Amino acid sequence: MKVSAVSENACLIQVGDHISESLTAVIAQLSENIEQTLGDALIDLIPSYTTLLCVYDLNKVDDLWMLKTLRQIVQSVDSTENNSVTSIDYLGKSLSRLIEIPVWYDPEVGYDLEVMASDKQMTQSELIQLHTSKEYRVFATGFMPGFAYMGSVDTALATPRQATPRKAVAAGSVGIADIQTSVYPAQSPGGWNIIGRSPTQLFDISRGDNAALLQVGDRVQFVSVDRATFIELGGQLG
Amino acid sequence: MANLHIIKAGWQSTVQDLGRQGYFRSGLSEGGALDEIAFRWANALLNNPANSACIEILMGDFEAEFEQATCIAITGADLNCTINGKSIENWQSLKVKAGDRIRFNSPITGLRAYLAIAGGWQTPIQFGSRSTVLREKLGGIDGEKLKIGQKLSYLVNPDTPLQKLDSQFIPKYTDELTLKVLPSYQYDLFSETAKRRFFTSEYSVSQRIDRMGYRLEGPEVMADNQQLISEGISLGAIQVPPDGQPIVLLKDRQTIGGYPKFGCVASLDCSLLSQQAPGNRVRFELSDVATVQIQRRLFEKRLQIFNYI
Repeated sequence: MKVSAVSENACLIQVGDHISESLTAVIAQLSENIEQTLGDALIDLIPSYTTLLCVYDLNKVDDLWMLKTLRQIVQSVDSTENNSVTSIDYLGKSLSRLIEIPVWYDPEVGYDLEVMASDKQMTQSELIQLHTSKEYRVFATGFMPGFAYMGSVDTALATPRQATPRKAVAAGSVGIADIQTSVYPAQSPGGWNIIGRSPTQLFDISRGDNAALLQVGDRVQFVSVDRATFIELGGQLG
Repeated sequence: MANLHIIKAGWQSTVQDLGRQGYFRSGLSEGGALDEIAFRWANALLNNPANSACIEILMGDFEAEFEQATCIAITGADLNCTINGKSIENWQSLKVKAGDRIRFNSPITGLRAYLAIAGGWQTPIQFGSRSTVLREKLGGIDGEKLKIGQKLSYLVNPDTPLQKLDSQFIPKYTDELTLKVLPSYQYDLFSETAKRRFFTSEYSVSQRIDRMGYRLEGPEVMADNQQLISEGISLGAIQVPPDGQPIVLLKDRQTIGGYPKFGCVASLDCSLLSQQAPGNRVRFELSDVATVQIQRRLFEKRLQIFNYI
């Protein structure tokens, strides 16, 4: 792991080079240790696939103190990791939440479901089966409030982003881009391939500090529901 | 409590404070006053807490009427401000009476003026901040820029002591600006030629500037590797998309991104950049964290001493 100062009030920890679930577990562990050690000198953390950005208050500490402290934390986590890769994997898994997201997979709301299934020479139900057959991990959040980048989908489902993004993708749309999958928290332009729609509110201001449903490290299981259930759970058509 | 009645809303007038912190990991932008120097002085001139909300007025065409007497301060761009038709000077606090009409006309120097009021503008707090982020529909009034007919609440504080900022502390929004850069992120992915070109060339501010970032135009600087894994973006990050034209990312930037980055511009220089209009010239110079941190801490000290005396 490499720690460097990227700006006057932020340090970046490079945890690895390749996207993997075990990195996400290490990043979750690092985040916890950093929050405990830094206290109010920490402004925020931005975990992503292979990195953790630590934004700090430069009126409380300086870059040298930050680098030294972060390197100590990295070392302690590093040695835990080397001694027992499986234990940190286990830790990551037991600490992280499992969130179920209901999805109505249907061409009426999944604009690209038919084309994707025929391109991949599978039936729509085979495609749905593949998407719901495994748990995904939240690798990063961003793009818009509550948007979570999850992976990795079965390689048979991997599909490149659309060459021309749609002007408007409806809120709740469930999409695939390369090996990642996500749900649009709100209507937005977007280039992901849309296979269904969820009634779940991914970002809800009335939930206060928990407005964003998904956080980095969470595990997500998509569950196929029918049209009636989708509407009963508050799903919106159109 | 009294209200400010918006008569003309202007190009883009938004309520801003120091921004939204602690929610980056939920994907929320930082937001906040683009020119922190002007913003902090506006509040200091009224002895307001540092995070009190101001109105950030872009390029003027803004007019409003005060319902009751209080004290205000104006800093940042000179937008040819008048009260009841009479010119008033920037970088000072002053009293307004019930029925006074304030107008920000058009830019003489700089782009963004800050209108502070004793006690701060009383709009709702969302995720710890009053800052408006238009893309996220958060902050301000209903997450939008100010509109004709709206009312902004304020506390009535007509007896706030009046102050004026010494001219030595007032930034000059000159045409030529040199930005201090901390080399970081993918700096090593840029060739020596690209680095030399970047630090010796003149760039001009393009038409594509907003609260998310300032796109500059000039000699192309390309990184050797264009495909990166998205990572957290710090204020002032200099992002270089495949066209080789650098973008300095500001307060409303997205939280993560995957374009190669040269490093970060010092926060105080980001403030000065946000006052630059299209066509203005910008240069970059290599700096280091210690230098930039000391400058930032000196700025904080100056504000503290000002309010102490």
